[in-house]
Amino acid sequence: MTPGSVTQSAASPPVVPWERLNVRLIPANMSLLAAPLASFGGTLLVTGGGLGLQALLTLGSILVAFLAVTGFGLMRFLTTRYRITDERIELRSGLLFRSERTLPVDRVRSIDLTANPLHRIFGLTSVRIGTGEQTSATGRRLTLDGVGKTQAAELRRRLLSRRDAATGWPADEDGPIAAMDWSWVRYGPLTIWGVGGLLAAVGTAYRTLHEMKIDPLRFGFVKAVEQSYGSVPLWFGLLGTVLIIVVLGAVVSTATLIEGWRGYRLERADGGVLRVRRGLLVTRSVTIEERRLSGVELREPMLLRWAGGARLNAVAGGLGNRDENRRRRLLSPPMPRAEVLRAAADVLAETESPTASAALRTHPRVVLRRRIGRGLIVTASAVSALAVLGVWLSSSFLYAAVICALVLLPAAVALAFTAYRALGHGLRGRYLVTRSGAFARSTVALKRADVIGWSITRSIFQRRAGLLTLGAATAAGEHCYKIRDVAVSDGLAFAEEAVPDLLTPFLQRTPS
Amino acid sequence: MAGLTLRPPRNRVERRAIGWWTAQSSLFALPVPIVFAILFLCIPPARTWFAWCLVGTLVPGLVYMAVMPVWRYRVHRWETTDEAVYASSGWLWQRWRVVPLSRVQTVDSLRGPVQQLFGLSGITVTTASTAGAVKIKGLDHRVAADVVQHLTRCTQATPGDAA
Repeated sequence: MTPGSVTQSAASPPVVPWERLNVRLIPANMSLLAAPLASFGGTLLVTGGGLGLQALLTLGSILVAFLAVTGFGLMRFLTTRYRITDERIELRSGLLFRSERTLPVDRVRSIDLTANPLHRIFGLTSVRIGTGEQTSATGRRLTLDGVGKTQAAELRRRLLSRRDAATGWPADEDGPIAAMDWSWVRYGPLTIWGVGGLLAAVGTAYRTLHEMKIDPLRFGFVKAVEQSYGSVPLWFGLLGTVLIIVVLGAVVSTATLIEGWRGYRLERADGGVLRVRRGLLVTRSVTIEERRLSGVELREPMLLRWAGGARLNAVAGGLGNRDENRRRRLLSPPMPRAEVLRAAADVLAETESPTASAALRTHPRVVLRRRIGRGLIVTASAVSALAVLGVWLSSSFLYAAVICALVLLPAAVALAFTAYRALGHGLRGRYLVTRSGAFARSTVALKRADVIGWSITRSIFQRRAGLLTLGAATAAGEHCYKIRDVAVSDGLAFAEEAVPDLLTPFLQRTPS
Repeated sequence: MAGLTLRPPRNRVERRAIGWWTAQSSLFALPVPIVFAILFLCIPPARTWFAWCLVGTLVPGLVYMAVMPVWRYRVHRWETTDEAVYASSGWLWQRWRVVPLSRVQTVDSLRGPVQQLFGLSGITVTTASTAGAVKIKGLDHRVAADVVQHLTRCTQATPGDAA
C-alpha cells in the first residue's frame, strides 16, 4: 500500500507521513539490563562472593528474561509506525505477526498518558487511545508505547481538537475542580493496605533469596533480632512486632499516597471530558468523558472516616473492564469530606452533591437484628473452635477462647450497629443515592436515567424477614449498585419512584 | 396502607425442566459418592471409613437432587410485554429481573447438550450492563424461537438507547 498508488483528487489533503516511536526507546530498553547486573552484584555483596550453582542458575534465568524483554522492546521500536490523519489513527506493528489497526478519530473517547520511572528518565510517555467501548478491551484501543513527552502532549491536543472539530464540541477552559493540597498527606497512614504491600514485598524478597539457596534467616542482623526476641517477655515481643508493622505500614502507605497523587489535578478539559493528572514516579493522566459519567461514589474506609476524610470515584462507562475501571475511576486522593463533596458537586455540575445529605431513608430494624446475628455467628464459630482445641490440647486455648469472646463480642455488635447505620437510600433530584458498608462505607449517586433494569434478589433469610435487595443495573462503573436489605414494599415503591413505569406492570398492591 | 409486592411473571417454564435440572444436578452430586462406592468395594480393610464417606456425600447429594429441581420449577417464571422482559429464577437465593426493551442490545438463544436431550432451550437478553442480562432457561424450542422473534421485533420497534 504505497501512497503513490492511490489516485487522489486535487482537493484532498497532503499524504501524512508515517512516524516512528521515539528513538530514546533504545537506551531506555538497554538500561533495563542494569537490573540483572545489579542483582548479580548485590548477591555477590550479600553472600561475600560465594555463589552456589543454584544462585548462578537463578541469576542466569533472570538475565535471560531481561534480555528477552529488552529484545522485545527493541523489536517493537523497530517495527512500529503510526500516523494520524484527519479521519483516523493508524498503527502498524509486529515482525512475525504484522498488525495494522485503525481507529476513527471521532470515536476517540479517552487519551491516557502514563509514564513509568524508566520512561520518565528518558523523557518518554505512553499514549493510550481508547474508544470507550466495553465489548473487546484490546480491539478498541491503541497504545503508542514510548513517544516523547512534548510529542505526546501535542498528540493529545491534536487528537482532541480534531475530534472536537469532527463532533462539534465546544472547548472551554476552567480552573481545576480540585488540586493537590499537601496537608492531605496526613490521611496517608490511614490507608492501611500499605501493610499488605510491605508483607508482600518481604515475602517476595524471601522467596527469591530462598530460590537461590540463600537463607535470609542466617544473615547477621536477622540473627541479632532473633536473639533480642529471646531476651524479652513474649507479650513485649508481640507488641513490639505489631508496632513495627503498623509504623512501617503507615510509612509505606504514605509513600504510596505521595507517589500516586503528587501533582494531582482534576479539571474539565476540552470536548466535555474530565481529566485527572497525578503521580510522582509514574505519571498518570486519565480522561473520562462527561457524557459517559453516570454518577459518583463517595468512599470512606473505616479509618479515613474516623479522621473525617473520604475519596471520590467516578461512576462512568467506557473505563474498560472491571480492573481497569477500578484503576481509572479514581477522581481524588483521600481528602477532607467537605472538599470531596464540593468536588463531587462540581464534577456532576450540580449545586450540591447528591451524596451529601444525611437524611437518607433508613432500613427496617429487623436488618439490625440480622447484622447482629451475623456477627454473633462469626464470634461463636471462632470461640467454639478455640474452645474445642482447649478441650483437646491444652487449657491455654480455653483462656484464648475467653479473651477472644470478650474482645470479639463487643466488636461484632459495634460493627453490626455501624453496618446498620451505614444503610440508607434516597432520591436526590436526578440521582438515586445508596449507602452501605461497615468497613468501607460507600455512598453512590447514580443518574436515574442511566438505570437500565432492576435485579431484585431475596435470600431465604430475606424472604422470612420480608426484605429484598434492590440492584440497579447500569452500563457504568460496577454495573450493579445495590440497595441492600430494604423492606419489600418500600424497596419496590422506591424502584417505581426512581424509574417510573418500568416496574409498575409487574407490581401488585395487597391490602395489609 | 397497601403493601406492594412483585407479582410472579405469567409463564412457567416447561415441566421437562425438572428432568433437566435433575440430570444437571446429578453431574455435581453423584461423582464423589461413586468414587467412594468404588473405593468401598475395592479396599475391604477401610470399608467402615469409606461407608461413612459414601453415606456422608450420597445423602446430601440425593437431597439436593430431589429438592432443588422441584423448588426451581416453582420459582422459575418469565414474561415478556411490549415494553419489558421480566423473569424470576433461583431457589434458595431468588432473583427477579426486569429489563426495558429499549435498553436491550442482543437476544440470544442457547441450547446446551443436556438441555437438547430434554428438548429445551434457553434465552439470554443482554443489555449494556453486565448485571442486567436476563436469562430464561428451560423453554420449549418453539416457545423460545417465538420469544426471540417477538423480542427482536419489539427491540427494533422501540426507539433504542441501548448504547
